[in-house]
Amino acid sequence: MSSHSPGKSPIKTDGPRFFVRYLLVKLSSVGLTDRSMVDHLLGIEGLSKTDIYRYLDAAHSFVEVSERDIKKVPTLRGKTIVHVFFEPSTRTLASFDIAGKRLSADTINVSAGSSSVKKGETLLDTVRTLESMNPDVLVIRHSESGAARFASQYLSRSSVVNAGDGSHEHPTQALLDLLTLRQHFSALKRGIEGLKIGFVGDVRHSRVARSNIWAHLALGNEVRLIGPSTLVPREFAAVFGSSSVKVEHDLATGLRGLDVVVCLRMQLERQDEHFVPNLDEYSKEYCVSERLLKQLAPSSVVLHPGPMNRGTEIAGEVADGHRSLIRRQVNNGVAVRMAVLYLLARTVESHEVGVKGE
Amino acid sequence: MSSKKSTVIHGGILVDASSDRDGEFDLLIENGRIAAIEKPGVLKDKADVERVDAAGSWVIPGRVDLHVHLREPGEEWKETVQTGAEAAVLGGYTAICSMPNTKPANDSAEVTRFILEKAKAAGAARVLPIGAISMERKGKQLAPYSELAKAGCVAFSDDGDPVADAGLMRRALEWCLMLGLPLACHEEDRNLSCGGCMNESPLSLKMGLKGFPGVAEDVMIARDIELARFTRGKVHICHVSTARGVELIRRAKNDGINITCEVAPHHLVLDEGCVHEYDTHFKMMPPLKGHEDIEGLFAGLADGTVDAIASDHAPHDRDSKLVEFSRATVGILGLQTSLPLLVEMCLKGTMSRKRMVDLLSAGPARSFGLPYGTLKVGSEADVVVLDPTRRWVFSEQEVRSKSKNSPFVGKELTGQATHVFVGGKRVVSGGELVR
Repeated sequence: MSSHSPGKSPIKTDGPRFFVRYLLVKLSSVGLTDRSMVDHLLGIEGLSKTDIYRYLDAAHSFVEVSERDIKKVPTLRGKTIVHVFFEPSTRTLASFDIAGKRLSADTINVSAGSSSVKKGETLLDTVRTLESMNPDVLVIRHSESGAARFASQYLSRSSVVNAGDGSHEHPTQALLDLLTLRQHFSALKRGIEGLKIGFVGDVRHSRVARSNIWAHLALGNEVRLIGPSTLVPREFAAVFGSSSVKVEHDLATGLRGLDVVVCLRMQLERQDEHFVPNLDEYSKEYCVSERLLKQLAPSSVVLHPGPMNRGTEIAGEVADGHRSLIRRQVNNGVAVRMAVLYLLARTVESHEVGVKGE
Repeated sequence: MSSKKSTVIHGGILVDASSDRDGEFDLLIENGRIAAIEKPGVLKDKADVERVDAAGSWVIPGRVDLHVHLREPGEEWKETVQTGAEAAVLGGYTAICSMPNTKPANDSAEVTRFILEKAKAAGAARVLPIGAISMERKGKQLAPYSELAKAGCVAFSDDGDPVADAGLMRRALEWCLMLGLPLACHEEDRNLSCGGCMNESPLSLKMGLKGFPGVAEDVMIARDIELARFTRGKVHICHVSTARGVELIRRAKNDGINITCEVAPHHLVLDEGCVHEYDTHFKMMPPLKGHEDIEGLFAGLADGTVDAIASDHAPHDRDSKLVEFSRATVGILGLQTSLPLLVEMCLKGTMSRKRMVDLLSAGPARSFGLPYGTLKVGSEADVVVLDPTRRWVFSEQEVRSKSKNSPFVGKELTGQATHVFVGGKRVVSGGELVR
């Protein structure tokens, strides 16, 4: 803290604290009005264990649908889902689209490349225009943190699902990771609580990591963030308000005793910002190899949100090896998104009934 | 701006740091100047004067704002010289220094004169233009300082953009030393701030927003201190927001370096936590800070390291704030809200009112060498009667600026400038503009 002593000074330094507190109370409704009557899935932060299990239980029942010969249920017939992707995506978009179609919803995809966004339209105008066509759910992917929340604050009828906002959150990815772990550990007669999970790599820029961390903290799990100090700064230990989060710069130390290892994609496009000297240097220190896992976390399983850079953050033998749940993750993506769409679209309907009934 | 008519302001508590007064005094304005300051009753029998009852109010020097963005020429939909100058007097400012980041930038006598003509027509606060340090504020070529000074510029700044080229900064300091004018520096190393849109902290990590580390400001303050030491030029540090920055300036002052600095009110009363919902109204440059830095700013206010509180009034239209956080414009209105925020600090005992008045008037005037911000007999009658207990709502209708980008819009505030005199002419009466 500052060096002067408050007693002698003509200015009392409890001032700022007082003011901030006071203003935050006064400013609680600043700027944005939340007129929303609908539910959104903007992030995992703030969800309770019960909320998370609600999504996972629903997803569990949808896994079976995807294994049928006729992979379609009428659950969301007559509902409209719009995928608004301001950032390119292959697997997330395909996964949401397939999920919507298997629920019999009408789905359309609006990608930034083919829309008015290229003509200079703002995010707000784009989503409001789309909302005017009365979709039940808008699935939004955007390169800027907070974008889905921002959009949701100005929508009154459509539910928003955050399909990834900048480096902030990617809630459906976290849920599908949890579903994958739940399947794996239930076969071993274990649950997904009491786990030790480590995230290796570019945690700084990872929305997947953030959503997963919130989820694992809600479940009471121990979380380790492993990587170089430029990508996993010490301050991360204080970010989530939990002593269950530890930062570790040494890969071997970090891996020791883990039940789950999540390899994060090294974002090659960020190379010009000096976060790592070069990819070779990075992979020598932080590439997750079978040799290390065998030695330090022999019973661990490995996840990767994709797309993978083989040989950079994950060795090919790990990605394709016996502890890899990566293909299973992709498979579960559809079921989890069906669950999310089902729970949100159903919520919209129940609100509508509520309004009419009054 | 002078008025023939005499005015007596009586019954109030006169607070003036430059004449070391804080007590019951009556004040006589004649011919646009302060003609007398007397104990209560002495001016009672003065005939043929307009009388202003200041009972329960504070009578303070007109406030001087070193840091205002008026947006004219070029972005008149955000603010004009007139609306800015009117918002200023409503907020108790009688002299405002306008930053040169207009379009075109104020890097020529034509632009300076244009602003001054608009200000004269507005007939509200004095507008004192700040010229650019470099042509078009691009940091490549020196602006014509002598031409700008003769046209009426009171300081030079590339505000909004730091002067990255230390060689250019050195020559600018040398040239402006001849003119006796300060360089007002926006301190930011862009290689360190690197597009950061909020304070770098655990919160920025949590929100997934690019952080702006405080050290990006500190290293440039350190550089300019050394350049000021080397050239003996006059440096004024704009909107210091870090504890470390204050400490560097404190040491520089102890070393006898010709340096002053200002703090913006929002850096004192708001903290980085305000952005937690990605509310673009709280996006500032430099960004709002954590408590350790805020404590450092208050320590600087306490021991005199900080010379001035400057609003950094930055009007922006609604659309430029209705976007993704990282893409939103930076800044907040300040002219009408800073007074109540600071008065509240005084009333809560955070700061003595004499010190506050110094930071709002004599301090800034001293920083730029301006003849304002004082109630000494003989000086220009820039006087504010301030009712520290008046509660009012800063509603959209009350916002005199063309833009409404303030988190305080719609909030109840305490303390208002009820009567404002500029050069003896009353421009605000009963809290409203005199038409």
